[in-house]
Amino acid sequence: MNKPVRRVAIAMLVLFALLVINVNFIQVVRATEYQADPGNTRVLLEEYERQRGSIVVDGRAVASSRSTPGDQLAYLRTYANGPMYVQATGYYSLIYSTAGIERAENDVLSGNSDSLFVRRLTDLFTGREPKGGNVELTLDARAQEAAFTALADSGATGAVVALDPQTGAILAMVSTPSYDPNQLSSHDPQAIRAYAQTLDDAELDPRLNRGTQDNYPPGSVFKVIVAAAALEEGYDPDTLIPAPDVLELPQSSATIRNFGGSSCNAGADQALIDALTISCNTAFAQLGIDLGESTLRDVAERFGIDDTGYEMPLPVAQSTIGDIADGAALAQSSIGQRDVRLTPIQAASVVATIGNGGTVLQPYLVAETQEPDLTVIDASEPQEVREAISSDVAESLTEMMVSVVENGSGVNAQIDGVAVAGKTGTAEVDEGIAPHAWFAGFAPAENPQIAVAVFLANGGDSGSETTGGRAAAPIARAVMQAYLRLGGG
Amino acid sequence: MGERTNPALATGRSIPTRRNTELAMLLFATVVVMAAQAIVDATVRGSVGLNVLWYGAGFAGVWLVAHLVVRRFARYADPLILPAVALLNGLGLVLIARLDAAAALDAESSGEPIPGGDAPLQLAWTLVGLVLFLLVLLFIRDHRVLARYGYTFGAAGLVLLAIPAVLPTSISEVNGAKLWIRVAGFSIQPGEFAKIALLIFFAAYLVAKRDVLSLASRRVLGLELPRGQDLGPVLVAWLASLGVLVFEKDLGSSLLLFGIFVVMLYIATERVSWLAIGLLLFSAGAFLAYQLFTHVQIRVKVWLDPFAFRNDEGFQIVQSLLGLGTGGMFGTGLGGGRPDSLNIYAKTDFIITTIGEELGLFGLVGVLMLYLILVERGFRASLLVRDAFGKLLAAGLAFSVALQVFVVVGGVTRLIPLTGLTTPFVSYGGSSLVANFALVALLVRISDAARRPAAPIGAPPPLAETQTEVLSR
Repeated sequence: MNKPVRRVAIAMLVLFALLVINVNFIQVVRATEYQADPGNTRVLLEEYERQRGSIVVDGRAVASSRSTPGDQLAYLRTYANGPMYVQATGYYSLIYSTAGIERAENDVLSGNSDSLFVRRLTDLFTGREPKGGNVELTLDARAQEAAFTALADSGATGAVVALDPQTGAILAMVSTPSYDPNQLSSHDPQAIRAYAQTLDDAELDPRLNRGTQDNYPPGSVFKVIVAAAALEEGYDPDTLIPAPDVLELPQSSATIRNFGGSSCNAGADQALIDALTISCNTAFAQLGIDLGESTLRDVAERFGIDDTGYEMPLPVAQSTIGDIADGAALAQSSIGQRDVRLTPIQAASVVATIGNGGTVLQPYLVAETQEPDLTVIDASEPQEVREAISSDVAESLTEMMVSVVENGSGVNAQIDGVAVAGKTGTAEVDEGIAPHAWFAGFAPAENPQIAVAVFLANGGDSGSETTGGRAAAPIARAVMQAYLRLGGG
Repeated sequence: MGERTNPALATGRSIPTRRNTELAMLLFATVVVMAAQAIVDATVRGSVGLNVLWYGAGFAGVWLVAHLVVRRFARYADPLILPAVALLNGLGLVLIARLDAAAALDAESSGEPIPGGDAPLQLAWTLVGLVLFLLVLLFIRDHRVLARYGYTFGAAGLVLLAIPAVLPTSISEVNGAKLWIRVAGFSIQPGEFAKIALLIFFAAYLVAKRDVLSLASRRVLGLELPRGQDLGPVLVAWLASLGVLVFEKDLGSSLLLFGIFVVMLYIATERVSWLAIGLLLFSAGAFLAYQLFTHVQIRVKVWLDPFAFRNDEGFQIVQSLLGLGTGGMFGTGLGGGRPDSLNIYAKTDFIITTIGEELGLFGLVGVLMLYLILVERGFRASLLVRDAFGKLLAAGLAFSVALQVFVVVGGVTRLIPLTGLTTPFVSYGGSSLVANFALVALLVRISDAARRPAAPIGAPPPLAETQTEVLSR
């Protein structure tokens, strides 16, 4: 019987070899993948053992971890002004992992970053309690607060994004309806689930950052880009362009009219600056047709429209000019309808580019990352993307946009003693649904400090181009005033 | 019969008993277990107290008794079997105590009453197991006497196996499997004992019948097939295993029983054809089970793509994989992992995951190697022992441990579909522990017979031995 016993013994050796090979596969080859799996709360629990770094705005922590003695999880993540900052901070949840900066900068905040390696090593030897690093945001507390208050007070669903035109730093970023990250970051799994359920049940998802994660038809705000294309092609603000009461669209029986069927200049030709000031649809539709699709597309792309999405470090959705199949589509696209879609942050970037003399800067949210003792690990520098338009064109556009606010559809954005440049938009969505209201602009016009885009979903009322100016412009003004320290008004 | 081989010492040939090796290895195991407990205390409680010394002394004392009994009553026994078991059992106790501490912390933080720990109970069962180990060695001085009671063991095994199936569900069912007798706060899994009884029966029966069973009728595709009328026993074993599956919903035990029978049949007859027939019947049984039972379908479905069912049926296996992955090569350290809050079977079926998570790949492979030492030492005893019954029984016992470890470790690491089986000596569970101590006692007994110097010349060899000589190739 020895022969079969030997064979069985060898077979068992093979079975054990299979087990060993398999655990090698799991614990070595797939280990990284399993550690990073969103369902793996082990890594998260491990992180709770260490004090997580703070997320800081203007020297004040908007997200911080405080020790919770007696609790199995050593630290509780709390958010000061949670709903106001949540689109930037995100949350840090036992159950739903992380979002926002909590996710994008997790390595620094948790202390696992490679750049904190030396720190961890010295912690090990000195017995110092290990901590995570801090993340300082570019947000401006006043601008952020003004944006959130104004948007929340308006009761609208929408977003505000403000950029520093000279650096690309994001000064304000809010989205409504908002939610409270404290409720997702508690230590009570049932309460977390219950709160997440209310978010899931909400008609409009509060977790969606409408400023960056979704794009919308921009309406007349897009005329700024058409105007830029015209100026690049040799037009100047005083060039007369056709402004008919009704524009027959080529290869189509459809027509374009102005809001409420009004007349721009009694059917006569109109100066480019005046057409922008009153936001004349027929004039810009015709202008788009005259410039041609390739010119328009080229300028739009230089502004960053149709660039693939990027991370700032939060993911930003792509903006697009869409398909332009024929002349009719070109005309409709030229007034920001049809398939044109902009994220509010893209709209802010377009006006910031104009304010910055034509150079596109990469938006960014993180000013610097710091070690727990505030030693800087990494500080952000402005990053030029490309030259979208010449500085001459930018100057002329600024002049035209100042006219919009001084004499045209954007009067509600006026600030005493400061020249504001801007453009309103009212984008038709569908029959019977209120149009989106937009305002994008910057101030002061001669030395731009802040560029703001305000987007209110279904916030206008049909029939009047000025609704974009009426609903959205005051919010932009409030943000600019707060940032420029000009007091309320 | 047993008394006759004892005076063999007088032959003058000096064969080392290796008892001192065993003692040294047991001390080594004690040191490892004490270190493990100290590490758990340091990580979970934040301090290492004198209690580690007490634990160590207790552990060493208990195994010293076992060692002394082996020294007295089985002095030529294999010196590695006992230390391997001691280390596995000690690690199991440390892990269960560690999971108790985590559960207590959990309860404390959520304000619930702190659950009584499982470790004291497991320790008590260990002691019961050791007593059984000693009793087996004391009363069974010669394993061959067991062969005489083969049919008695067979009947006892079948009864034990069948008890939970006929008991009302309220007493016998836990988590969907009807394997238990629950009385007065104790749960007993009679199947664990049935396994050993049936192993003894198989060995006795097959040794008696192997001449008949190894008769070939004809060759097909290079296999010498047995005669049709000899298929009876394997079919009975097959039906019994299916019965376990159908009436007790225990995939693991069913697979284990059938596997043990077929392999023992193969060893007894040296006919590969029995393996082929066994495999064929296994495939048919597996196919039938898959067609008939949703719980079998779920196991297979989850095995194929656990991450698709990560929140329901696949939760356990996914958490197991994530835990193992988090442990990586070196593990999180004892007490540093998080098996507690995520895995309700952390102490039983998934204790291997806890080992892999906290001790890493190296620790897990180390534990597997301990099992491999135990198994291969069992086979070694089988190869060396002179009587056919002992050979078959030792091989069967060793194989049962190997197959069980393969099925449970393969299950939690997703090598094969998950079936509920305990990890011998490590998992929480009294029946499994006690039964496995009896199993090891038998292995120790047979290994002692294997290494014992031959009887003095002139003494007539036992009948079973002559048989072996004649038939072995």
